[in-house]
Amino acid sequence: MGFSKTVRNGVSVVRVEGQLIVGNRHELKNLIQEGLESGERKFLIDCTQTGYIDSSGLGALVTISKKIRESGGEMRLSGLNDDLRSLFELTKLDTLFHIAPTPDKALADF
Amino acid sequence: MTAALYLCVRRSAPPLEPSMPVSVALRLPSDVTQVEDAVELMARHCFAGRRPCSRTAFRLRVALAEALSNAIVFGNQEDPTKQVTVIAELFPELIRLCVADEGLGFDPIAIPQPTDPDGLERPCGRGLFIIRNLVDQLEFNERGNAIWMTLPRC
Repeated sequence: MGFSKTVRNGVSVVRVEGQLIVGNRHELKNLIQEGLESGERKFLIDCTQTGYIDSSGLGALVTISKKIRESGGEMRLSGLNDDLRSLFELTKLDTLFHIAPTPDKALADF
Repeated sequence: MTAALYLCVRRSAPPLEPSMPVSVALRLPSDVTQVEDAVELMARHCFAGRRPCSRTAFRLRVALAEALSNAIVFGNQEDPTKQVTVIAELFPELIRLCVADEGLGFDPIAIPQPTDPDGLERPCGRGLFIIRNLVDQLEFNERGNAIWMTLPRC
């Protein structure tokens, strides 16, 4: 459970393993902030192993996406299952984020 | 180190009246790091002996996580001296979940619509909207510090 980061083709791939909720959202924010401070600009948040996301987790994604964009970078999402996808559609955040079906597809499009 | 969860389960012998629910109760401290464990504990008890579809399990987990988050952060203001109480009434086909905090309460009508284009990049304000759309029925007590959510059990 938690977050793991690897770099593939110049893209920082952050895997959300388990939940992204009120209790761990700052951990993700800190991970992205450290990446930005290290000069990373392309981020992929992969949710293939994610159970559920609450509004705090969605809010964290909104915040880090904005921060990355303001730093001249780009953030994408991948691997949302049907339940997670419905949450993004419900909140209309699917219109705010670039969402790819798989991490490979997202990386190919960067 | 995080505080231990106190789980009090009243799992009576099968009720004499089929319409009577089994009750499960949980009290937790106002600590957001406890939310995930609390959700899993309640989900395990709510679906004990059942095989709910993934959508049902997802709805319960997200709605409960949202309600707990609101109760801890906005209701109890993360005050460690205050607690959140969760009560689940388990009927054969549905679950009634109550989440209550020790805060002053809020007016659910006053929460703005979070899907307006101008507000999409706001980092907060989606919790109650998500709950409304995940549960079958939503009720509040008059003070606004307790929320009742009705969800399917299968």
